[in-house]
Formats: sequence, C-alpha cells, structure tokens
Amino acid sequence: MIRILKEAQDISGYLPEEVQDYIAGRIGVPVSEVNGVVTFYSLFNTDPVGRYGINVCMGTACYVQGARGIMEDFRRELALEDGDTSADGVFTVKSTRCLGACGLAPVITVNGEVHGNLGRKDVSKILRSYRKLHGAGEKRDDQRVERPGADQEQATAGN
Amino acid sequence: MIRGLKDLEQIRNRLRPEIDARRRPGGDFSRHQVMICSGTGCTSSGGMPLKDELDRRLAERGILDDVKVVKTGCFGFCKLGPILVVHPGAVFYHNVSVTDIPDIVSDHFVNKKVVDRLLYEDPGTGVKERNIHRIHFFSTQVRLALRHCGLINPEDIYEYIAAGGYFTLEDCLHRRNPGQIIGDIKKSGLRGRGGGGFPVGLKWEAARAAPGAVKYVVCNADEGDPGAFMDRSILEGDPHSVLEAMTIAGYAVGAGEGYIYVRAEYPIALDRLERAIKQSGDLGLLGGNILGSGFGFEIDIRIGAGAFVCGEETALLKSAMGMRGEPRPRPPYPAQCGLWGKPTLLNNVETFANIPVILSRGPDWYASLGTENSKGTKVFSLAGKIVNTGLIEVPMGTTLRRIIFDIGGGIPNGKKFKAVQTGGPSGGCLPGKYLDTPVDYESLKTAGSIMGSGGLIVMDEDDCMVDIAKFYLQFSQDESCGKCTPCRVGTRRMLEILERITGGGGEMKDLMELEELSREIMDASLCGLGQTAPNPVLSTLLHFRDEYEAHIVNKECPAGVCRGLLEYAVDEDKCISCGLCVRACVADAISGEKKGRPYFIDRQKCLKCGACEAKCPKGAICAH
Repeated sequence: MIRILKEAQDISGYLPEEVQDYIAGRIGVPVSEVNGVVTFYSLFNTDPVGRYGINVCMGTACYVQGARGIMEDFRRELALEDGDTSADGVFTVKSTRCLGACGLAPVITVNGEVHGNLGRKDVSKILRSYRKLHGAGEKRDDQRVERPGADQEQATAGN
Repeated sequence: MIRGLKDLEQIRNRLRPEIDARRRPGGDFSRHQVMICSGTGCTSSGGMPLKDELDRRLAERGILDDVKVVKTGCFGFCKLGPILVVHPGAVFYHNVSVTDIPDIVSDHFVNKKVVDRLLYEDPGTGVKERNIHRIHFFSTQVRLALRHCGLINPEDIYEYIAAGGYFTLEDCLHRRNPGQIIGDIKKSGLRGRGGGGFPVGLKWEAARAAPGAVKYVVCNADEGDPGAFMDRSILEGDPHSVLEAMTIAGYAVGAGEGYIYVRAEYPIALDRLERAIKQSGDLGLLGGNILGSGFGFEIDIRIGAGAFVCGEETALLKSAMGMRGEPRPRPPYPAQCGLWGKPTLLNNVETFANIPVILSRGPDWYASLGTENSKGTKVFSLAGKIVNTGLIEVPMGTTLRRIIFDIGGGIPNGKKFKAVQTGGPSGGCLPGKYLDTPVDYESLKTAGSIMGSGGLIVMDEDDCMVDIAKFYLQFSQDESCGKCTPCRVGTRRMLEILERITGGGGEMKDLMELEELSREIMDASLCGLGQTAPNPVLSTLLHFRDEYEAHIVNKECPAGVCRGLLEYAVDEDKCISCGLCVRACVADAISGEKKGRPYFIDRQKCLKCGACEAKCPKGAICAH
C-alpha cells in the first residue's frame, strides 16, 4: 500500500481525502486503514504543497552546526510554521530526518537538490534564486542554482 | 546467463586486470582508470557533472579510449568531496570541481604529471600525499563491510563478480550445507550491526529451526539514527554484497523470498538496489535454480516512508506489509512469527555486507579481529564538530581517542572536545574521560551509552548538553508511534521539564523527576524506542550534571546556546549603525538612528530569535 500511496503522491503532490478514498476502493481496504497509513508516515502530505519543497535536515550533525537557526530564518522569511506552505504557494518548508549528508552539515534540499555548508545568511539568497526561477517559469529538474556553500567548500580545501 | 562456476570465472578473468590495477599500485593494466565517487556526499557537493565534463574533455583530446571513467561508491572522506582517484598510482584528488577537469586531463593524462594543487596535504606533517593508501585517514582503516566502496562500479554486476563477488554464494550452494554455513557464522562471533548486537548465528539458527515451508529473509535498511549513514553508503557503493548475503541467508534458513526495507530518503541507494536486483535476475543469480543448484530465491524492495520506529524489528515487518509501523510485544520473535506470520530472518545492511567476507576468508580469521566479545570490524560515521567528517571502518576495540583525534583529525577551529554521542536517540553522550575506552558493545554500555548503528557525533565546548538532551528527546517524542502510554506521554512530560530548564524556569527537583520518569518509561515501554528514549537524558545527567545545575541554579547556559537564558546586546564599539538589524527584527525591539549612534536592543521586547545577530555584517550583536 505504501508504494501505491507514494506513486499517487508523486502524481498529485499530496493525498487529499478523495485520493485516499479512491485508492481504498481500488485495493479493497477500508478508507480508515488507508488514512491510518497516510497519517502515520512523514513522507505523505494531506495538504497541497508548494512548487518548491524545502527540507531542512534536523539530524544531529546538522543541528549542532546550526540547523535550528536556518529553520527559524526560513520560517520568518516566509512567515510560516514548520510543515506549512507559503501564502503564494511557492515554498513548502519542512524539517526532515537525517539526510545522511552529514559531511556537508548543515544541509537542506530543495526539490531534492542538496545545498550544504549553509550559514544563516544563505537563507534569503536561496529563496531569492528559486523565486527568480519560479518567476522565469523555466525550472527544469536538472537546472542548477546558485550554491552559497561553494565558496566555503573551496576555502576549506586542503585543510 | 550465469550457470555455474565456469561462467563466473570467465567473467572474473576477463575483468580481473582492471580490478587488480585498482587494488595494487603499479598494477599492469595499461589504461588509466578514473574513479569518481558517486555517493550522496560527493554528489551533493557537486560531483555529478564531473563525469560528463571528463568525458567531454577526453573526447576533445581524442584520448577517450585511453581512460576509463568509473562511477564508484563512497570513499568515506566526505569532508573533501567531490573525490576522484586515478589509477595506476591511486592518486587521490579532492574538492574537485568542473573547472579542475581540464587540468587533470591535460596534466595527468596527456603530460603524465600529477596535479599538485588537488592533492591532499596532511595537516599534521604538511606533506602532500599522492597515493590514497598512504593518506592517514585511509591507511589506519580495515575495510571489510566497505571493501568494495570506491573500488568498483556499484551499477555494474560484472565488476562485482570480477572483484570476487558471487563466488561465495556459488561455493555455499554447491559445497556447503546450511548447517555448516550457520556454524561458521556462529563461530565468527558476528553480532547484529543494527544496534542490538544480538549474535547473528543464533538468529539464523532460530530461523532455520522454526517449522514451516514458507520463510522470509528481510534486510533492515531503514537507517534512522540521525548522523548515521553507513548502511546508505554500503547500498550505494556495493549493493550486490547485500543481495549475495541475503541469498546465502535464504539458503541457510530455508527461505525462498527476501525483502529489503529501505528509506525513501535514500534515492540513490534505492536506485542502485533496483538496478542490482534487475541485473542479478537477468544473469540468473536471483530467481529459480540459481547457478544450477536447484535453489531459488527472489528479492523485492519495500520502501520506508519516514517513521523512525520502523527500525524496530516488529514495527518494520508491519510496515513492510503495508501497515502502520507499530511494534508489538515479543515473543513471538520474528524468527518464529514475522512477515505474514511466517518465520523471518531479519538483519541489517552492514551485518549482511560482512557475511560473504566471513564465509570466504573463514570464521577464525574474522574472529581474530576485534575484542573478546565483539568480533570483526565496525563502520562508524563521523559527524558533528570533527575535522574529517565521513565514514570509517576500524576493528572493534579501537579507542574513541584514536577514532576522533587520530583518524578523525580532532576538533576544528581549535575548540575543546566536550562529548561524543553514540547510538543516536537511543544512546548517550560520553565525556572526555571515556576517550581511551576501547569501543565495543559492552564497553559503551558500561559507560552509559550504546553502540547503536555506529553514528558518532562529536560535540565541542559550544554545544550545550542540556540542549542536546532536549533535541534527542524531541526527536523520540515526535517519532513515538503512540501505541503505548509510557512512551507517548512519558517522553512528552520529560520534554516539558527540559523545556522548562532551558527556558530558565527549572528547579532542582526537576532533575529527580527526570530520573524517575526515565526509569518508568524504560521499564514500561513496549519497544526499543521507548525503552531507550531516556538514555540521552540519563547519560547527560550522569556526566554533565553541572550544566543542568547551571541552568537551574544560576539561570545561565554555559555554552551560550539556550536562548531562554541569553540576553542579546549590541557591542557599541563594533556597531556601524547600518540598520540591517532593525529590518531583521520582527519584535520591533531594536532602536537607533541610521548612520547615527550605536543601536540598542530592548530586552523586554526581544524574542531572542537571533535574527539580528545573523544579519549583522560586523558581528556586533551577540548573546551572553
């Protein structure tokens, strides 16, 4: 069932009651059971999500390197709470479990693309560059955006 | 289609020179080989476009056929990613960007000269090391579970076979009976690498002895501990070793089907596993009548959808069946009653990755590594405040000091070591006095922590241990499935107390209450999550009680982390009255005049969010 729900969410972005109801009917289980699974796992959303899903890693390695401040800045800049979508529907910000890229802590992903070695000053830069992409309406999955951590990565080379 | 030993040997002999040239410096393989790390770490730090650029530049020079470019799994030195290793010579290039590729092509491949500026400089000696095997970080390791990570292309089953893969399976199916295999695993002393440390051989024996015609083998790849990424690296770098081991396990316990339960947060690992299963199936190394033995085995993937509790075995099995991942009381254990009520053998990724090595090199050799009760090697992920973040594999019994200060390179920025956290949310924080403890299952337990899956998070003087305890408890409380009350409500109550302490409202009796609640939650919870959730609090109370007392009695956070106890102020000497902080403040707490006198923060209004501190270009705002 989890795989079906995941594929359904990949299509519609989230799993509203109608979708849950449809899936329950097709695989022949009560809708309560489907809803039980949907609400149990953090992968599934029951509300619409923004164009860009920002996941802020809250694993320990990121936490001790300042992930909390980064999360707070996203919340403040976009005026939302953890898990919410910005009023213009462009960004959804969620804290996530460890992404396993601890070597780049603190790390966030935006629609799966990883940004590492972040500082609090990078938050508004990242939002600006994705806003620009959104405005241009040209976002392709393989397109790369400004990488604020890159300078720092270079600077630490050889240390 | 591979029908038997002859076919395997044919493949190995054909590709062997290439693999040997990667293993031995100065191998006789004449072509250059470039190994590009394509694990999550290096991919995230910009490693993906390197291969395309390399191919393009090589084609431009007309030497595409002289150089073989191979995507490999993780080398482990994630801090220095993206990493390239060039054979022959095993030359290690780090922090490689697309703009470095032209130099590598022209200097290394055309002019046969090493690109000096991309070499690793040992911070201790200042010497630049060319050869990866001479770099201290690598030369101090013993890589068994990670044996193929960085050596072969994980997306190519032929490379795995050329490196010796699937020969152990062939040997087991044709020349050993299940009893012998299980006997060898028992003799090796291998214990479950997922955290519990249960003897693997006994688990296999129990699954074999359980009555029933239908049995299952399940691989736990739901690596949930924050800061742990060893299983991910094995799946990304050597997925076939897990498939081979699961098939051997199926043969040993009498199972015909296997499932790998893997986190959805690991897209690269998932992709490589799917390819590996497809390739093995195509070549007849999975499916019916494997290698002409008459034994059949199938493997399928189940995706974990983001619930930490699913690392617990009974919860994992429920989730693998598509249900809510809630644990159930044991016994019956999965070996008697697991997936769909059938006997099920459950081991984690690292455990499986060790199986082919043990069976090919012999249990006695394996048991010669490690300590009396913890045999073999262990993979650790180094993260947090440590210079060499990454993945290492060392024999059990290596001391924490050697891991953190020698291999890990110590604490960055000249800061002082405060603690190392092992075992994730189920483990504890150990202070400096345990640095010389040899690490094994028992010694960590005695010290008040656990081995867990092998995540080591290092903390320095800037980390507040009360805040860390709160962080872990918050995690456990979020991830509690809610089925049993002690865990669901107990962790919430503990969290409230910790929030009170870090907010400045704590009293000394709170500490007693924390200890009492911890004991009750540990006694009364249903599964491992609840039974171990208080560990981070208990271990910090044991080793860092003075920090708790400073929060409660003096109302101060010695590390300067807990916002509720801090006061923000502007350093008048540094302030250039630019006004950026005023714009950042949502509470309207900062006053001043642009280009006038230094700014001032009203402590009554200040929410202590730290936004002004982050915005200040001169570092004039800080918390005390």
